[in-house]
Amino acid sequence: MPRSGAFDEIWGASGSREGRAEFQHLADWIRDTDTAEFDRRQAAAEAAFRQLGITFAVYGQEEAAERIIPFDIVPRVFTAPEWEQLSTGLVQRVEAINAFLDDLYGAQRILKDGIVPAELVLANPQFRPLLMGARPPHGIYAHICGIDLVRTGPTDFFVLEDNARTPSGVSYMLENREAMLRLCPELFQVYDVLPVDTYPDRLRETLQSVSPRSDHPVCVLLTPGHFNSAFYEHSFLADSMGIELVEAADLEVDDDIVWMRTIDGRVRVDVVYRRIDDDYLDPLFFRPDSMLGVPGLLAAYLAGNVTLVNAPGTGIADDKAIYSYMPEIVRYYSGGDAKLPNVETYRCREPQALQYTLDNLDQLVVKLVDGSGGYGMLVGPTASRAEIEAFRAALIAEPHRYIAQPTLALSTVPTLVKDGIAPRHVDFRPFCLSGADGVSIVPGGLTRVALKEGSLVVNSSQGGGTKDSLILAPARQTIDPDGMHQTLGTMSQTMGRGMKPMQSMGRR
Amino acid sequence: MLARTAASLYWIGRYVERAEFTSRLLEATIRFDALSSRPAGEAAWDSALAVAAADQGFDATGAARTPANVSRYLTLDPANPGSIRACLDAARSNSKSVRTALSRDAWEAINRAWLGIRQATSGGNYATLALVETLRAEARGFEGALHRMLRNEAYFFLGLGAAIERADNTARLIDVKYHLLLPAGEEVGGAVDRDQWTTILHTVSANTAYRWLYRDQPKPWRVADLLILRREMPRSLLASADEVVGLLTALAKLRGLQGEADRAARTRQATLANSTINAIFAGGLHEWLGCYIVENARIDQLVSTQFRFA
Amino acid sequence: MRLNILHRTSYAYSQPQARLMQLLRMTPSSHIGQHVVDWRIDIDRDARLRYRRDGFGNETAMLYVEGPVDRITLTVAGEVLTEDTAGIVQAANEPLPPLVYLRATPLTEHDDAIATFARDVAGSGADGGSPLDRAHALNRAIGQQMRFDTGTMNVERSAAAAFGAGHGVCQDMAHVFIAGARVLGLPARYVSGHLFRRDGASDQPAAHAWAEAHVDGIGWIGFDPANAICPDDAYVRVAVGLDYREAAPVSGARTGGGVETLDVGVRVGLSQSQSQG
Repeated sequence: MPRSGAFDEIWGASGSREGRAEFQHLADWIRDTDTAEFDRRQAAAEAAFRQLGITFAVYGQEEAAERIIPFDIVPRVFTAPEWEQLSTGLVQRVEAINAFLDDLYGAQRILKDGIVPAELVLANPQFRPLLMGARPPHGIYAHICGIDLVRTGPTDFFVLEDNARTPSGVSYMLENREAMLRLCPELFQVYDVLPVDTYPDRLRETLQSVSPRSDHPVCVLLTPGHFNSAFYEHSFLADSMGIELVEAADLEVDDDIVWMRTIDGRVRVDVVYRRIDDDYLDPLFFRPDSMLGVPGLLAAYLAGNVTLVNAPGTGIADDKAIYSYMPEIVRYYSGGDAKLPNVETYRCREPQALQYTLDNLDQLVVKLVDGSGGYGMLVGPTASRAEIEAFRAALIAEPHRYIAQPTLALSTVPTLVKDGIAPRHVDFRPFCLSGADGVSIVPGGLTRVALKEGSLVVNSSQGGGTKDSLILAPARQTIDPDGMHQTLGTMSQTMGRGMKPMQSMGRR
Repeated sequence: MLARTAASLYWIGRYVERAEFTSRLLEATIRFDALSSRPAGEAAWDSALAVAAADQGFDATGAARTPANVSRYLTLDPANPGSIRACLDAARSNSKSVRTALSRDAWEAINRAWLGIRQATSGGNYATLALVETLRAEARGFEGALHRMLRNEAYFFLGLGAAIERADNTARLIDVKYHLLLPAGEEVGGAVDRDQWTTILHTVSANTAYRWLYRDQPKPWRVADLLILRREMPRSLLASADEVVGLLTALAKLRGLQGEADRAARTRQATLANSTINAIFAGGLHEWLGCYIVENARIDQLVSTQFRFA
Repeated sequence: MRLNILHRTSYAYSQPQARLMQLLRMTPSSHIGQHVVDWRIDIDRDARLRYRRDGFGNETAMLYVEGPVDRITLTVAGEVLTEDTAGIVQAANEPLPPLVYLRATPLTEHDDAIATFARDVAGSGADGGSPLDRAHALNRAIGQQMRFDTGTMNVERSAAAAFGAGHGVCQDMAHVFIAGARVLGLPARYVSGHLFRRDGASDQPAAHAWAEAHVDGIGWIGFDPANAICPDDAYVRVAVGLDYREAAPVSGARTGGGVETLDVGVRVGLSQSQSQG
């Protein structure tokens, strides 16, 4: 069973099979469509993904070296007001993240003002002292942020995690939509859904806008190679942006300038969208044993001759220990309260919080501050006695490495499971782009769903799946060819696509 | 285009061509073995190893030279870098890293062939023939996909790799059988002899072509003429040389540059076009083929250098 | 003292290299007690140097050399005026707050042995004593605990490995000091530089290395565990970092395979003798 009292985004309260007012039609569609038909469509989608090679590798599993992430045929839907609430909160948060990074690698006012404990930043391995004073164009460090959101009620959204390094998953947002358009076209006739396929163009424009040279900037996507678990996404994005997909061996640095090797000789590179972690980026400056990196890349970055996307050193902004200070950070830089709240967080480095955590381990979610992908995590209510005791020992030994959060009654969305359609817990990762012209967010994102009944862990490495996330266009006035005014609600037939597909908001 | 991308495409061309050639070689060998009495049938397997330049590698495994062992070594053995499985692994791995330069059809053809060989297990001749049949179908699918690709750099590099590989394969095929092609001895026209020629023609899918062109029984010098000097025959050395020149010219046109590889390929083409089969035999076919294989390897090197593969 | 420094680094390659790239941290900066009168880097072949200050405040240069190259020699030479400040470093370029230097790195991570050792040593000095006393105690104790031994030069050896072995070079002892000081809550960092040998040994096979610890109220203070003293006017600071890796005179990358042979020679002498001669 889903957690008692969980809010279902389509059905309202869990257990109900009546749609919320806005989603009556969707609930009917779910009820009236034969399960076998759902099964057939889902199988068709997954077969297409496999054929395309939309696969990911699970580390340590030789046999399943190439698996597809399960795709769920029932979409998740956000209304226009819900999206409006989310996107303004996201813009505020992403702007604060970039202001925070600009400050940390510059004047460090926020540390001097005592808003965030200096030690938490300075002694953190994710903060890169070597990069002090290196300011990328427009002071933007985290050009691409994936903000993980969870929901507990109709208007109750929380930020669960910020991903400011190299967030992945955007290819699923795009491919899931393609699959839905093909397999469930009837939904798109009823709902006026904002398109997501502008993402690659917007990403390319973002990359170009932060180039150190303005004339015909050359952008490339740097991948660790085709053995990487996210390689499909790398090649997909490079292809749909129309930029070269390069590996380290394709690049060389000479005289503080990055070049790529082509059949006609070398070509200067201005922007590197790198999907390689900081540690492996440049063996000369970071891990000397890295085979994936480009020697001298950091020298070119420090010289201001190349923009790295995201900039190195952004990991400090999505550290889970820093996360607990995000409300203060947002207030410090934006001057207002965070529009998207954090999940309440106990910092186990603080003795009182540690005691509370130890006393309530069976109720809390405990996370490693530097863990990711659902590893190094305890979900108290579903954990075994032994797991809880193992975490207790680890917490006592190294409390500063952990945070704890209450177990939220995450919202559910109807999902196709073995015996039909049932509610399953979800989270949501929209992708926020920050360029010279401000923050823009494609109306969509990656919805991850925990396919196991009652599970709250949505990570693909832990058996999670994905769903398409539909953002409905706002009700609007359009002028039809006869000059008649009509109001189109989100439930009515689509009449032309008059909406600007992206929300663009200026930076402060 | 990235130099690495060009190199990968070129090698996809070579590996797919090699996998296909090896599967034809196997098919022809099985056929010859079935038609012949021992020991000629067994000798056919030795000969197959020699044509695939795999005899030393095979002996290093310590296995006996039985048809089943040789067949398995050439198709599925991961230890043999020239086995069909190893070629398809390499082709697919290269394809994956340059996915964006390949059309979806071309990628899917290679991916399907790779999935097919991954599931294959060694069995008797029947299983091998079934596998070979599947692979040839996939290879045809890949060729079809290539034909539908844009005539851009990616297409030219794929074709270039295939043409260089084909020249090498055909030359080695003729070389290994060269003693059979020498027009000497009383066995000419004998049953074993005829089967050998037929096998060779079969390996390069030229049985019908031979009869259309010569309207005659397979005669050694005619088989040599067909495989070396007939432009109409796609797997002949001259046709491969034509193709290499054509593809390099297309690349030069796109880039506005040409180099040493272009010059070497044109020289080879002109020399070949002006040769006669009698002159080649007069100088010694084996020696001539040896030079040709070396020259082909040199052109391969010049291509790598000219397009900065390394 | 007016010190004359000549630091020569030669690389030879078993096969010609297509390209070379090196990050050099070989240029000292001036601060109180250390005035750089003259300094230059000479490369014995066509090369490009790009100078910049890194995040730690070090003067660095990126060196780019087009091949084919089978050998190369970098010579840094200069003159520095020094004064004895009892190890205290003042008015140096310090872009980073001392707290940064509390974090461990793979080369300076402490193990139980180092932690126990540091606490024992610090505790024995008049029941804890001041942070300064504890740093001094640690500095003295390392020299007693570890044997100086140039035979085991390994630039990628960690503090814990060196401490466990019980001997090492100046770099190992600096790493152990840093690990121990951080256990005691003192920010500590690695210093690479040069040492004028009063015993007359002006020719040395390598540059020197020591450590600095930060004590509230005083600032950064040098500690040379290999000699069990605080640096005086015989020392020239060149670069600092969290460990060897970030302060090493040269970090390099090369394209071309083969084997590299390295030869280093350092000569530190008094200037007068040269100006008179």
